[in-house]
Amino acid sequence: MKNKIRIGCGAGFSGDRLEPAVVLAEKGKLDYLVLECLAERTIALAQKRKRQDPTKGYDPLLERRMEALLPVLKKNKVRLITNMGAANPVAAAEAVCRIAKKLHLNVTVSAVTGDDVLSQLTGEEVALETGQPLRASGQLVSANAYMGTDAILPALATGADVIITGRVADPSLVVSPLVHEFGWSLENFEQVGQATVIGHLMECAGQLCGGYFADPGRKDVPDMANLGHPFVDVSSDGNALFGKVAGTGGILNLATVKEQLLYEVMDPSQYFTPDVVADFTQVRLQEVGTDQVLATGGRGRTRPGTLKVSVGYQAGYIGEGEISYAGTNALARAQLAGETIRQRLEGKLQDLRMDYIGCTSAHRTVFGHYPEPYEIRLRLAGKAATAAQAALVGEEVEALYTNGPAGGGGARKYLHEVVGIVSVLMPREKVTPAVTLFRS
Amino acid sequence: MKKKLYDIAHSRAGDKGNTLTLSLIPYKEEDYPLLLSQVTAEAVKKHLCKIVAGKVSRYELPNLPALLFVCQQALTGGVTTSLAMDTHGKTLSYALLEMEIEV
Repeated sequence: MKNKIRIGCGAGFSGDRLEPAVVLAEKGKLDYLVLECLAERTIALAQKRKRQDPTKGYDPLLERRMEALLPVLKKNKVRLITNMGAANPVAAAEAVCRIAKKLHLNVTVSAVTGDDVLSQLTGEEVALETGQPLRASGQLVSANAYMGTDAILPALATGADVIITGRVADPSLVVSPLVHEFGWSLENFEQVGQATVIGHLMECAGQLCGGYFADPGRKDVPDMANLGHPFVDVSSDGNALFGKVAGTGGILNLATVKEQLLYEVMDPSQYFTPDVVADFTQVRLQEVGTDQVLATGGRGRTRPGTLKVSVGYQAGYIGEGEISYAGTNALARAQLAGETIRQRLEGKLQDLRMDYIGCTSAHRTVFGHYPEPYEIRLRLAGKAATAAQAALVGEEVEALYTNGPAGGGGARKYLHEVVGIVSVLMPREKVTPAVTLFRS
Repeated sequence: MKKKLYDIAHSRAGDKGNTLTLSLIPYKEEDYPLLLSQVTAEAVKKHLCKIVAGKVSRYELPNLPALLFVCQQALTGGVTTSLAMDTHGKTLSYALLEMEIEV
């Protein structure tokens, strides 16, 4: 049994950059590469693609990532763990095998399924966010339980080169190889708690290495164009030393690690995952070298008896329109344009929102005193049950060209279908993970 | 003398449904007591009154050191169905950093 392993994380969301993972696999001396590619809504959108084509429904970048990574992963004997299976891990595994064949590589792929629990829902379950039965939110399109390390371990035990899952908790992608390699007990909650801290720090990839951190003159990040993604050396006692590949851009220090440790955390004393209720409050960080931070002291207690299920529902359509005004009195002209459209769309939409980009669109207010901006972009967004109705927003904004205030330019319109997400809790016994093995 | 939080601390925003999380991390550890005494949950709620409709809770992490604010009903309904531009509220870390304290 190994006493130390190295895990890299080469993607922190589905649209993440491709190169950093290749650099990690090529030069990182990794044992495992993790790619986290599944946000809350991603799987609901993937489910819709699967309905249109049963061979689809996995991550749209899967092929591109695999073509770049498989040869180097094989060459350096790095195992890959990823949730790129999205709504269809089996089709994803078959796709990986197809690519491997094309590249003349022998690859085994283990698909982890069981997270899709849509058929088990009646619609009467009460959504945590609304307090109402699920059916009140709209037509359900997907329901996926957040599975944990116990679902991934059997796939690791097959020895497969690539483990591809649907919905699992992000930290579990990192916890599972640690438990697998070190033979930790899932009942050892202190150890699984520390492993979860490690997974949480890794799951957003570049964000640990100075991505989403830079503020010129205040928080400078060197060579951001070549931002590296992180790896972690974990020893069998759970101590974790985070680092990045020499020569890559970015920075990994106490400040970047602190920002990531608290990212999206609700109560640091009880961070719920399918594996453990982790406690982040005793974590200690130590900068031990350039781009090297040691993390210890993550703890945990008990394993939740329920799993969170993310439920996607049809939420209608959003239509948007944008147009710019510039020079003297730009804000007043933009406001007149917005008010004009509000009157023209009266009663035709469920909800209409007006934003003045350059002024109040991000914070919905202004703190302190700022001079009036030189240019303003008016943006309107409205929701409706049908695409045709939602499209009215963009059409009215475009019509400002000949029916609105002076000097409007650069009108654009957008229309998209909306899938909303709510969640319910499900007893973990009702979720049955399964593993299927494929060979190229 | 008044100073913006921007001058002594950094922050990252996160989202869970309609809930906004904001970390507040001093550049210098010795400024932590200053944040602890002045950047209370009440003060943040008051500062973000146009943004956060619900409760603001504060968690203290003296080991780091850092503070964490969890703001309910802050994301115009939540990431997936909001009509806002920044549906995740990712820019809101810099709304917190606009807050002024006495130093």
